[in-house]
Amino acid sequence: MRNKMTSTTTTAIHDECLSDLGRWHVQTEPAPYRPVEEYFHCKVKDIDTQMCIFLNGWYVHDGQPLTTTPEGIIVGSLAEARKRFPEKVLPYLNEPARDRDDEFAALNRERFNDGLFIYLPDNVTAAKPIQLISLTDAEEELMINNRNLIVLGKNAELSFVQCDDSIQFKKSFINNVTLVRLAEDARLSYYKMENKNAESLLFNQVDVEQKGHSQFFSHTMTFNAGYLRNRINVYHTEPFASATFYGLYLVDRKQHVDHEIFIDHQVPDCDSHLLYKGIVDDEAQANFLGHVVVRPDAQRTVAAQTNRNITLTDNAHVTSRPFLEIYADDVKCNHGSTVGQLDDEAMFYLRTRGICERNARMLLMFAFANEIANYIKIDSLKERYMEMIRKRLNGELTICDQCVLHCPHLL
Amino acid sequence: MLKIENLHVSIKGKEILKGVNLEINEGEVHAIMGPNGTGKSTLASVIAGKEIFDVTEGRILYNGKNLLEMSIEDRAREGIFIGFQYPVEIPGVSIANFMRTALDEIRRYRGEEPLTELEFRKMMKEKAKVVELTEKLSTRSVNEGFSGGEKKRNEIFQMAMLEPKLAILDETDSGLDIDALRIVANGVTKLKSPTNSTVVITHYQRLLDYIVPDVVHVLFDGKIVKSGSKELALELEKRGYEWIKQEYESANAQ
Repeated sequence: MRNKMTSTTTTAIHDECLSDLGRWHVQTEPAPYRPVEEYFHCKVKDIDTQMCIFLNGWYVHDGQPLTTTPEGIIVGSLAEARKRFPEKVLPYLNEPARDRDDEFAALNRERFNDGLFIYLPDNVTAAKPIQLISLTDAEEELMINNRNLIVLGKNAELSFVQCDDSIQFKKSFINNVTLVRLAEDARLSYYKMENKNAESLLFNQVDVEQKGHSQFFSHTMTFNAGYLRNRINVYHTEPFASATFYGLYLVDRKQHVDHEIFIDHQVPDCDSHLLYKGIVDDEAQANFLGHVVVRPDAQRTVAAQTNRNITLTDNAHVTSRPFLEIYADDVKCNHGSTVGQLDDEAMFYLRTRGICERNARMLLMFAFANEIANYIKIDSLKERYMEMIRKRLNGELTICDQCVLHCPHLL
Repeated sequence: MLKIENLHVSIKGKEILKGVNLEINEGEVHAIMGPNGTGKSTLASVIAGKEIFDVTEGRILYNGKNLLEMSIEDRAREGIFIGFQYPVEIPGVSIANFMRTALDEIRRYRGEEPLTELEFRKMMKEKAKVVELTEKLSTRSVNEGFSGGEKKRNEIFQMAMLEPKLAILDETDSGLDIDALRIVANGVTKLKSPTNSTVVITHYQRLLDYIVPDVVHVLFDGKIVKSGSKELALELEKRGYEWIKQEYESANAQ
């Protein structure tokens, strides 16, 4: 079902993606393996992740589509996991569609070939973050439907970093769905970094189901994309689940970003906290829709959401709709949103100390954006993100630049 | 150094300064006093380059250059510093980053090499001592969550870092307790040299016990109506501003 709050430009872009699916090229099988070193080298010192690379929608591996550790962690291709561990995969893949699922979710369900599968057994903490790098590189205009599945057992803990990057300038339509299932006391930190080319149409939907006392921490940074839709749907199904969301979008030129966050508090004593910030330049457009539902049983819910935007030109366009739907009476919920320009008083103050207008703007924008980077809990990642923010605001960061952690140079 | 000639300034059509004349020479300390709402802060803002004010008549020369034609940042780079009455809070911009950016730009403007990181840190440390601020200061956001006294100390700290030729301190004493006042005033005194000049805007005499002025001016009704030695400040402290007002009105009536 299409959301009635969707803007007309958003609708036009969606139609462009779906109206003629035949126009998109689909790579039906993985490309022959080439060693990762041939097209990546690490850009960040001191970060140690387990890297999982997807190229044009397929898991890149050297004969080992799934790796398992002695503690029982399984990481790799969902297509392979479906065959080898059907009991761990099929219950989730066979779940019925949800009310929130629209035609993009349906398309993904119908068409996906592969995706990343991560499984952590009870009481296991992943030694290092798992990093998903999705790359597109093709002569044709690609459509990719990846379906990722992340299952954390009771009291399991994982940091997950998802990077969406383009290698060249071809148009592509990427429609990803990630299913996250957190058992009791499980803790997932989910970092997402989006830096696609200006022709890309990127849809990322993340569906999270949380059992009691589980914690979901979501951190999303959007630097570049032609069109981008980030949808996060979180379902709290047992008490004392907690979800936290931070987001930053820096968009310019004619980019268009839609963030839609839906939080369904179904049971008592859960909480959710959200802070999204955006700087919108040139003729770019950003839409934020935060929707919190507090069901009749969900007493003592605590929910807060804030969306702050800075527009730098008269043609930059922001729509911000934080939205609460509350059916319980004993709750603490608040929401707020702002759209404005840079603070004139602060600009003046900085300039009276000899700082030129351009740099004063830069300092203020960096400060605004940096708040979000500060919530990153992996230090090396935080430093790299801050550097990217700085470069991005300086106009130095383009899609030709590296992805956040690794530098893809296809030879 | 600074020469203000027949300066008329208005905001939204309302005239606030009605012909100010003032000359400040190298090495001098001037105090501008006067009751609230007579244009003291407006004068500081116009010198800083605040754009909401319209200069309708007169001019300001700074070392022979037309100050009013200079950009806000160039005024600072040419050596003018304004200590603000209400310094702005800037969340997320650290004092270190702020000062680093400012110093780099000022030095580039003057054709000087940028400081090395080590030199910069050493300078921060030394200058923080001038107003008894701790080093922890440098990682804090500019003025965010600062007490009134900390904000004023931070202004003087910035002055110490930027080493201006002409410092204009707008009500730097307001809202300070006696200890903070001593720290701020001693800071200003330490920064004094035979070649730099200071203008202290205040309406209390107590600051002038520490920062001893060469000349005291009284700004009233948008004009400097009286100038004198430091004894004038003491007299104002004793007698208030009422007699100034009467003198001014009777002079006008004639």
